[in-house]
Amino acid sequence: MDNIGIISYGSNIPRYRIKAGDIASVWGKNGDTISKGLGINEKSVPNIDQDTATISVESARAALKRCSINPKEIGGVYVGSESHPYAVKPTGTIVGEAIGATPDLMVADYEFACKAGTAAVQTCLALVKSDMIKYGLAIGADTSQAAPGDALEFSASAGGAAFIIGKEKVIANINHTLSFTTDTPDFWRRAERKYPSHGGRFTGAPAYFKHIRSAAINMMKKMDTKPEDYTYAIFHQPNGKFPVNVSKSLGFSYDQIKQGLMVPFIGNTYSGASLVGLASVLDVAKPGDRIILTSYGSGAGSDCFDMTITDEISNLAREKAPKVSDMVENKKYIDYGTYAKLTDILYWE
Amino acid sequence: MRDVAVIGVGLTKFGELWDKSFRNLTAEAGSKAIIDSGVSGKDIDAMYIGSMSSGRFIGQEHIGALVADASGFSHIHIPATRVEGACASGGLAVREGFLSIASGMNDVVVVGGIEKMNDISGTSATETLATAADQEWEAFFGVTFPGIYALIATRHMHEYGTTKEQLGQVAVKNHANGAKNPYAQYQREITIDKAINATMVAEPLGLLDCSPVTDGAASIVLCAAEKAKNFTDKPVKIIASGQASDSLALHGRRDICTLDATVHAAKMAYKQANLNPKDIDLAEVHDCFTIAEICAIEDLGFVKKGEGGKAVENMITTIDGEIPINTSGGLKSKGHPVGATGVAQIVEIVQQLRGEADKRQLKDPRIGLAHNVGGSGATSTVHIMEAI
Amino acid sequence: MKSNVARFWREIPQRYNLIGNKCENCGKVFFPPKESCPICRRNSIGKMKELKLRGRGQIESYTIIHVAPENFEEQVPYPIAIIKLEEGPKVTAQIVDCELDDVKIGMNVESTFRRIQEDGYIGAIYYGYKFKKCD
Repeated sequence: MDNIGIISYGSNIPRYRIKAGDIASVWGKNGDTISKGLGINEKSVPNIDQDTATISVESARAALKRCSINPKEIGGVYVGSESHPYAVKPTGTIVGEAIGATPDLMVADYEFACKAGTAAVQTCLALVKSDMIKYGLAIGADTSQAAPGDALEFSASAGGAAFIIGKEKVIANINHTLSFTTDTPDFWRRAERKYPSHGGRFTGAPAYFKHIRSAAINMMKKMDTKPEDYTYAIFHQPNGKFPVNVSKSLGFSYDQIKQGLMVPFIGNTYSGASLVGLASVLDVAKPGDRIILTSYGSGAGSDCFDMTITDEISNLAREKAPKVSDMVENKKYIDYGTYAKLTDILYWE
Repeated sequence: MRDVAVIGVGLTKFGELWDKSFRNLTAEAGSKAIIDSGVSGKDIDAMYIGSMSSGRFIGQEHIGALVADASGFSHIHIPATRVEGACASGGLAVREGFLSIASGMNDVVVVGGIEKMNDISGTSATETLATAADQEWEAFFGVTFPGIYALIATRHMHEYGTTKEQLGQVAVKNHANGAKNPYAQYQREITIDKAINATMVAEPLGLLDCSPVTDGAASIVLCAAEKAKNFTDKPVKIIASGQASDSLALHGRRDICTLDATVHAAKMAYKQANLNPKDIDLAEVHDCFTIAEICAIEDLGFVKKGEGGKAVENMITTIDGEIPINTSGGLKSKGHPVGATGVAQIVEIVQQLRGEADKRQLKDPRIGLAHNVGGSGATSTVHIMEAI
Repeated sequence: MKSNVARFWREIPQRYNLIGNKCENCGKVFFPPKESCPICRRNSIGKMKELKLRGRGQIESYTIIHVAPENFEEQVPYPIAIIKLEEGPKVTAQIVDCELDDVKIGMNVESTFRRIQEDGYIGAIYYGYKFKKCD
């Protein structure tokens, strides 16, 4: 069976951070309690000149820097986000132009809450597998916003990751992918509204946990594997507690999820979340490592991937672009006033 | 080519003139100049008008026609042309008028410069001024017009050690001169302390390093020198007219700190007049920002490149100094109604050479120089005048 | 700015990918691209070849803008610099991802993809180059 999967990857995380404690004190809450309760210390904040398009472009450019493919041979670009800069006019064409992949290119933008990026990976996989395209570029990126004073304000952050899918020089073979999907309204944003709404505790058991558990269990059944067969397990990370709990319930150890768990340091990058976790794992992965990644998007669904790192990863010039851990450390703190200005909470006319 | 003389001058007060429209300003400056010159309407062969952006300031183009109309010359169908070179529009209008007489085509020409900047908001006025810069490759990325001159200042300070105090001293000197000029927008002195501590606009330039937004008009009447005595007994000869261009964007220049357009226009003028910088008794230079005056006195050859700051510090360019610069108050204190500036500079030189500069009068000046710049130095004109 | 989008769409190759050109006659590089070489003039007709600049250069001068034009007010104060790119041409652009005090003449910088400005809440968004510190 020919290899097919990820041939390169890249990520981008904006520099600004705001501490959960600084948000909490504005709303009269206790920062320590919030941080401990959510498992989030601080989150990334986009500067006024950063958005899903810039994060996607920088991630894609990083992926291209690490490998040596000709961007003109990328046949499809799919960008998944909840914060595309335009409601109508795709982010994918901006990326396509900025990496020199146009004009012989298929493009579409995706939305499926926090799993739009992994849906893009599945699409690229199918297009490559069917030999319709040579390489596909899948991106998950967001500069998600939350209503001031809402619980989500502590986690909604900015970041993204890009993955080039192909059949040559594959560094992470995608052994199998499957999804588990139902119509479950746990978290949503109506068209024309600025901030999302959610069902409170309903976002837990019947939503996040049910879909992630079902997808992961189905995958391990299909692949005839057990949790201990995997080196790394990556889960969607809306806060620091959910992924720890779901991984434990499935039988994974904290050591297996640690490398892919970014949310305590940068918050929930929504469509970027599990994919930034994957980028973090790829920064350190070695040939033979096995990965199970399960994303989750409200509405609701989980995409699960079973991957094996190949020898080819030693040939990828990973050092040519910043590691996720480097970008996490490259930070500047801002206060709530600056945060309000940057995230457009203040109405500007 | 024959000699050209200035036989009449006039200008309006410069400032925030709510009661005066573009037409009012035009008519006032024009009639003053024409009356001063002694010509009558039928003697005028053509009009040349400098106005940078009437389209954006008052929504009106076709200014040549408007000025002829507002001046009362439409019915005798005088040729009227508007020239534009951003802030050098006035200087270009002077040059076009000069060339039309020197070539023998015209005998008597009225040159006017007008700008009515206060009919739009301050923000819009600032944006309009910024159209002097490269729209696609400078302004688009967020650099303002003061920002472009600030880029010159930062480099000048880095290469030559020019200080913020020296920049401030230019503003202090020009306000001291402007305080003696009844037509100036600001007729009060400022302290060096106020100058260097003013609100920051684009580092290192603060509010008092920048010329203001101004309404105003200036006008001169030019005549073939051989016929000047028909109209006036105090003609002033324009003995040289120089002009040069350079890249639109500051980043396209050979040297960020040198306005090569000024250097070349000046060379052209000195050669025509067969003079050196040290022959000049006074100069009106283009101080849209304080750093611009420092570069100007270097690029015009009054001091060596890099020594402009020191020259200002050593008071060489004050009204009592070796080479008085901007006795009118300069753009800083007199005001900068963009298209009018280049013409107003000629007015000041002529008044000085005629002994009519009142409280600003220098002792027996013979040769004066007027220096006008467009944008950050993409256009420059230099005119040299001599009392005859 | 309430411009026709075409005017800024036309320059996407320059703003996104620093596409300039090179005179094959004398080797001089231009950004933005020129129709013909000012030095070689008619000898350069048909010899101007498209060239993608790498995006690395040095700061030649800078300022910090405190009073901004429309569309940039929210970013104040921000640094703007003249950057000399390694291939020769110079550009004017914002410097990002560092403290204002870090910006110095001689600083090595590389290009990054950012939002430059937008035509209000309902108009088009224009992306392009800004520069950040590099080694």
